[in-house]
Amino acid sequence: MTTSSLEPDLVLHGRCVVPGVAEGEALVTREAISGWGGIDSRTGTVVETRHELRGRSFAGKVLVFPGAKGSSGWSNAFHLTRTLGVAPAAMLFNEMSTKIALGAVVTRAPALTDFDRNPIEVIETGDWVRVDADRGVVEVIRKARLRGGSALERT
Amino acid sequence: MNLTDEEQAMLDGRDGPAVQRAMDLLLRYGRALGAERLVETNNVVASISATTPFMRGFAQRRGGMEGVFSEFSLDSDETVAIPKVKTFTSHVQLGFDPFNAARMGVDEQTVTFYRKGEAFITGLGVHAANTCTPYQVGNLPTRGEHCAWMESSAVIYCNSVLGARTNTEGRESVGAAMLTGRIPYWGYHLDVHRRGTHHVRLEVPVVSTAEWGLLGYWIGEQVLDKVPVIEGIGKLPNLASLKHFGASASSSGGVEMYHLVGVTPEAPSVDAAFGGNRAQAHLRFGVAELRDAYEKINVTARDRQVDYVMLGCPHYTIEQIWEAARLLEGRKVSPNCELWIFTPRAIKSLADRNGYTKIIEDAGGHLMTDSCSAMSRAAPEGTKVVALDSVKQAHYLPAILGVQAWFGTTEECIDAACSGVWRGRQP
Repeated sequence: MTTSSLEPDLVLHGRCVVPGVAEGEALVTREAISGWGGIDSRTGTVVETRHELRGRSFAGKVLVFPGAKGSSGWSNAFHLTRTLGVAPAAMLFNEMSTKIALGAVVTRAPALTDFDRNPIEVIETGDWVRVDADRGVVEVIRKARLRGGSALERT
Repeated sequence: MNLTDEEQAMLDGRDGPAVQRAMDLLLRYGRALGAERLVETNNVVASISATTPFMRGFAQRRGGMEGVFSEFSLDSDETVAIPKVKTFTSHVQLGFDPFNAARMGVDEQTVTFYRKGEAFITGLGVHAANTCTPYQVGNLPTRGEHCAWMESSAVIYCNSVLGARTNTEGRESVGAAMLTGRIPYWGYHLDVHRRGTHHVRLEVPVVSTAEWGLLGYWIGEQVLDKVPVIEGIGKLPNLASLKHFGASASSSGGVEMYHLVGVTPEAPSVDAAFGGNRAQAHLRFGVAELRDAYEKINVTARDRQVDYVMLGCPHYTIEQIWEAARLLEGRKVSPNCELWIFTPRAIKSLADRNGYTKIIEDAGGHLMTDSCSAMSRAAPEGTKVVALDSVKQAHYLPAILGVQAWFGTTEECIDAACSGVWRGRQP
């Protein structure tokens, strides 16, 4: 899928955590994510009992979340998702921690933090997100414009 | 990041490719954090072992344990030769108990592979403490010592109770630390991040280990990864209570440091604990909050027939084993239930020599080491309902094994093991 000719509805700027360029559908949560014991690394799915994303997969998605919590197995759990081919395409988060920094580095997914606007407030699940971590730029195309795929097929 | 000449030499490959990769990873990690430099450490708590079927397969494809270390401890695509470690390093808990593998449903092949792995690990100079509580068995850092520890329940204990300094490190950063003696100078290594951020006043007596666990669970949800300062402590908590409290707060929130006013070393007073910070919030923990935590941790529990009781998360202290033995003496575990208790292997030998293991085994329970059910994904066959005296284990096990979990006191758990029925009561 290419959206390269679509003008973004929204542009955010942040600090590069892991360099690289990626794009994908947004998966947004207001709740911090637990790595070990909170996700299934074989499927890239959130499994934490009371988590709002429980049962949802982040494989190939741009994961937008407040930050990491829980076990020190965070980085290894996300490292494994890369090894098993179910890692997120990119990570956008607000709260810096050693878990998320190391996790993002070893997942090798482009990652950004310290945004000029809160990505959790302005990006919605299903939006198309282009992440250029090298330049610190996030471009968002609203899901309404993607519906039916007609806008995409013309590009 | 600013590197010393020594660090630059390691990055330039003076000490070989593994140390070079380690320094490169520390740099990528440090930059991601926004750290300005590294700090020296000689105390690492690490996971290196490969006990899952995936890791075994990976090891076969990538040249054995050196391949596993290269990928999962150094983030290196290429397998490199691993030299002996530079730092004092303790290994954390494993994916099963190698002395009770059959009971945990682990086949002989996996055990054989593990033993080779343990020989590799001890050959590097890492000691096989194999516990989430290294501070119980010979790794007790000095106040102010810079450490690089994994295991969130050990990290919070290290910072808060011991006054040593570590962030919650991961498998890759501790792999790099043990080969270089360095870790990013960031977060809880600096005074400014150790100061309190939230004020919590206790308005209900918090006495038992179970109550300390519930308090930790509630505080973690309130403050997430911030630094709570807790005031109003009545009876002085013991090692087991602080172990459970920290494990809970790090599971529900991500707390890595707390202050108990008048108890923990950096909190002689409220003012000292805040160190000039203004409290972001004033919270109160009363009966309603205690009950709220109890209801949340018991959210998956419905059926009162209990198939399995697991104790020892974090790994039991010798005092807790003694208590469990006292509660079990002269009783029998129900034929419909199993009882597994986990402790470090060093403490198990102490329990063996003091007769506690025999009391537990005579009752039909098992004293096991090196692991737990959450780590191993192992429970007795057919388990649908478990009973636990650990908030942390009750938080994780339903998600990991799809079981129902009852949380209660140690006494209630032993009672469930002997009767096969949960009769625990909300506090």
